[in-house]
Amino acid sequence: MRKESLQAWLLLLPALVLLVAFTHWPAATTIIDSFYTTPKGSRPPRFVGIENYADLMTDPVFWTALRNNAIYAVWTIPASVILALVMALAVNTAMPGRALVRMAYFTPTMLPMIAVANIWLFFYTPDYGLFDHILSWFGGGRHNWLGDRATALPAMIAVAVWKEAGFFMIFYLAALQAMPPDLKECAALEGSSRWNFFRRVTIPLLMPTTLFVLVNAVINAFRLVDHVVVMTRGGPDNATTLLLYYIYEAGFRFWDQALAATLTVVLLGLLGLLAWLQFGVLGKRVHYR
Amino acid sequence: MKVSTRFLEIIGAWMLAIIWVLPLLYALWTAFHPGEFATRFSLTAPLTLENFRNAWAAAPFARYFLNTTILVTLILVAQFIVCTPAAFAFARMEFAGRNVVFAIMLMQLMIMPDVLLVGNYRSMAKLGLVDTILAIALPYLGSAFGIFLLRQTFLTVPQQLDDAARLEGCTLLGRLWRVYVPLARPTYIAYGLVSVSYHWNNFLWPLVITNSVNTRPLTVGLSIFASTDQGIDWSIITAATLMTSAPLLVAFLLFQRQFVQSFMRAGIR
Repeated sequence: MRKESLQAWLLLLPALVLLVAFTHWPAATTIIDSFYTTPKGSRPPRFVGIENYADLMTDPVFWTALRNNAIYAVWTIPASVILALVMALAVNTAMPGRALVRMAYFTPTMLPMIAVANIWLFFYTPDYGLFDHILSWFGGGRHNWLGDRATALPAMIAVAVWKEAGFFMIFYLAALQAMPPDLKECAALEGSSRWNFFRRVTIPLLMPTTLFVLVNAVINAFRLVDHVVVMTRGGPDNATTLLLYYIYEAGFRFWDQALAATLTVVLLGLLGLLAWLQFGVLGKRVHYR
Repeated sequence: MKVSTRFLEIIGAWMLAIIWVLPLLYALWTAFHPGEFATRFSLTAPLTLENFRNAWAAAPFARYFLNTTILVTLILVAQFIVCTPAAFAFARMEFAGRNVVFAIMLMQLMIMPDVLLVGNYRSMAKLGLVDTILAIALPYLGSAFGIFLLRQTFLTVPQQLDDAARLEGCTLLGRLWRVYVPLARPTYIAYGLVSVSYHWNNFLWPLVITNSVNTRPLTVGLSIFASTDQGIDWSIITAATLMTSAPLLVAFLLFQRQFVQSFMRAGIR
């Protein structure tokens, strides 16, 4: 038995070392760094307790980033998940050109977010862009979509939804195809309406998939900021600054290590809280087959 | 179900599909036509490859392609080598602390390296690895997702096969290599496709850790190309954008079924 234990640990070792070195270790050092000042030149970091957190509480950009990220998540997550379900239901039935339609939904997923951002940047361009073009047919005027505080964040949300919905569709499609067909026959015999069947049978059976998709959607809402870097750099006036983008700015544009570390700890805390909510609260209410 | 509602549903599905591909079609139009047609539609507009030629000449894209290829290959091979034995240990071996270590590992599913830019940058600086392709790859090699996925697959391998191999005198690594790995082939393909497309497209960490032509992957190269001194020549920027996404996109269109099934396989369970 002791020999097997040793063998197991040897098999685990490379993966465990890499995992701890580049996930747990940086998480730990970041927490420690958040209690110190940023080293400047020859001045070493100084322990300041929770001062960095106190500063953060009075940092208006932090609150803007938090608010933006909340709005961004509240719109992108439901929109992409519901669209994904609609898409899956659509291509799960026999219809002309089904393969083409499915391909159309899924293709944005294969593009790098950077490429997506470049393409959409062009659409949002005042005058020349696709959106102003379409508006001009209806007599609309020029609009600076990314330069206007009111439309910049919604513009980012649209990009994210376009990119993600097709990805989540795949998982719903897999779940729909795994559903036993006799359920549908039963419901038809009982004279159940389609809407009723959808609400009482399809939705509950899809709950495990929904949980999986939700976890991914939540993670992406906080992880994916590539389009912000390319399209707006957080502007105008921080209207599109998301948390991770602010971390990137603090860490690699202002080189403010203390601020970046403190922000990272807040983001980690937030992700942890969301994970607990999803698995602890929502997870209990999901019926697994 | 009435025929007319069904008809409306199909129209709806098609409308959504058209909205969804419109951005891509528009990008294709812009890239393959001369600049003056970038925002003007005309059936007589001449097709051209000039935009691609200009983009290719304006930045070291060949080098970026090479960097990304090296990066993606390095990550894929290392992930397979590192995750396979770990997954096997979790699936088929008894040892003290198994559940605790498994839980610690799974934490990475929620707290991904992408979020830990600052901490990882400091580690790379200490290791003297800043601006190397290895540094881009390192945080992703011990992949909790990969270990979890392979473990789930290894658990479905019949124990009798394992026992039979053991009776034949097969060593531990021999059994792993001859019994488990071949039976998990679909999972390896699935995981490989997910990994390659993820890292081909990854941007923020490579942006932070690289600062020279010789290490930059395509995504970072493209963002620099698009943001500097190109003015607003959308035709050339769009051509470059399509060019960098092309390998993955073409592979996807050719092997659509495998891709879709792989993403499903990687997600379900």
